[in-house]
Amino acid sequence: MADDPRQATRLTYRDHLVRLLGRDHRVVCVDTDTGLFNGVDFGAAAARYVNVGIAEHHAMGVAAGLAAGGFVPFVNTFATFAAMRAVEAVKIDIAYNALPVRIAATHSGLSAGHFGPTHHALEDLAVMRCLPNMTVVVPADAAGTEALLGQSIDLPGPLYLRLGRKPTPPLPPGAPPPRLGLVQSLRTGADVLLAACGPHPVHAALGAAELLAADGVDAGVLNVHTVKPLDVAGLRAHAAGRALVIAVEEHWRSGGLGGAVAEALTETDPVRVLRIGVDDTFATVVGDHADLVRHYGITPAAIAGRVRSALSIGPPTTEEESHHGHRLSRM
Amino acid sequence: MSTPVKHLTWSAGLAGHAARIREHIVTMCAGPEGGHLGGSLSLVEVLTALYFGVLRVDPADPADPDRDILLLSKGHGAVALYATLAERGYLDPAELAGFGTWGSRLMAHPVRAVPGVELPTGSLGHGLALGTGAALAARLSGRASRAYVVMGDGELQEGSVWESAMGAAALRLDSLVAVVDRNGLQITGRTEDVCPLEPLAQRWRSFGWAVREVPGHDLDALVSALRSAPWEPDRPSVLIADTTKGAGLPFIAGTAHSHFAALTARQLARARSALAVHAATHPGGGRG
Repeated sequence: MADDPRQATRLTYRDHLVRLLGRDHRVVCVDTDTGLFNGVDFGAAAARYVNVGIAEHHAMGVAAGLAAGGFVPFVNTFATFAAMRAVEAVKIDIAYNALPVRIAATHSGLSAGHFGPTHHALEDLAVMRCLPNMTVVVPADAAGTEALLGQSIDLPGPLYLRLGRKPTPPLPPGAPPPRLGLVQSLRTGADVLLAACGPHPVHAALGAAELLAADGVDAGVLNVHTVKPLDVAGLRAHAAGRALVIAVEEHWRSGGLGGAVAEALTETDPVRVLRIGVDDTFATVVGDHADLVRHYGITPAAIAGRVRSALSIGPPTTEEESHHGHRLSRM
Repeated sequence: MSTPVKHLTWSAGLAGHAARIREHIVTMCAGPEGGHLGGSLSLVEVLTALYFGVLRVDPADPADPDRDILLLSKGHGAVALYATLAERGYLDPAELAGFGTWGSRLMAHPVRAVPGVELPTGSLGHGLALGTGAALAARLSGRASRAYVVMGDGELQEGSVWESAMGAAALRLDSLVAVVDRNGLQITGRTEDVCPLEPLAQRWRSFGWAVREVPGHDLDALVSALRSAPWEPDRPSVLIADTTKGAGLPFIAGTAHSHFAALTARQLARARSALAVHAATHPGGGRG
């Protein structure tokens, strides 16, 4: 569909990086045989595309060595391989040295779909945000990917860029441009605050806000694309006086955005925080990205139901139940 | 007297450096926290050869972009590295006395805060990937600098070493030189009993590397081999240095328990006497 506005953030990243390689001689692409660059003509930058093979730990070390030598390497791998298999090299070789390595982590969250739990990454935000010096960014759409990549090119330290696999829609028109390190307000609301990151969670949060409006609940929505460093001041300002803050993410409920939001607010502005994400389980169901996201309750109806329950304002107004353990209808 | 130390022959010009580095090592390992003694002593000639006979580095300009890069992948040999850096002029030797103590910058695994330390190491199996990146950076920058990675033999049990061995060969990085401190021992015993490495040279060859083996305490042999790398076009080089853990101290040489020690004052005195005898019985020059 030529006019399909949906795009996978990994492809936005790929196209951005190919252009960047052409104009910035510091940039090196360290690939781990992902296939993301198959068929790309790098032209004069061909020497700076290095496919090290299926060797993620090695790739992180090579990138650190390159960065120590003055380059800005982008390591391409799947999110779970970056955050799990190669994480010691990420910690010691990259984060410890505060080197400007960019880790482009595709197939994040549940976006690997039917590939299953070996390829799902539901721990990566927790892992990456606990590493000193690491910046953690989760673009919500193609425009955000493009903008945040552009803003991060001169970051002196490392960046973890969490990317999806399948096409996802753009944010609604009129959203303010994302600014690295700051929350992006997509909707203001006086009653509750939904803080989300990533394509599906942000869209689900926006949809939930619409449903809640019909119930008289005025919900604001933040796109927290920069999970680390968290924009605590921005978060506090938007959470002030709200009855409830709801974090929504495509991640296990431990240690990701929900953890970050709860940690930040409990220190200064105690408020009830709901953490909506994937429960403490490995996926046993089979389906594509959208199926899995729906199964785990990252949908407008499921989120709205959780909010209504938390506010004790009556049963859901749709036929869907609020918890993922129940049958959910297709969107 | 007989010692179990293999091939301990010191080149005239460099022998004095090696002797002083050994002296520093035993002194640091007699500090309150102790240190990795055995694997530091086995490294002395390797590091002496590199820093005084091979590396193009300048302690007055440690950030020179054209410098050679040395990474001590067996980071627990930091005692030897710091001692060598002090001997080479990167550090005031007086600083070594504070090794591992509050307020010192000398951690028991190399840290970048110490002049001359390129990247921190300590978790085994990281250095070869870092060296690959450093050599690649030099190639992409059009610089002639080389990357040298010093590994332990026990370290070669880490799978990541072989991931990087394959990767460096694939990139045809002939400016990358690895040195294996083949002292044959790890904490619990002989490498060949714990998880055999042999046929080690053959293994490296099969991974696409040019391989040489030298007596690892023979300064002339080390310098000569390292200076002549790369030995084969388009291949990284690995020098397997046949060494003795604890070399220079007959009462611990060749033992696994020399791995870590906090020497008492009495042991330090004994160690210093032993080193003096050793230096006297191995006068500089030749390969006798």
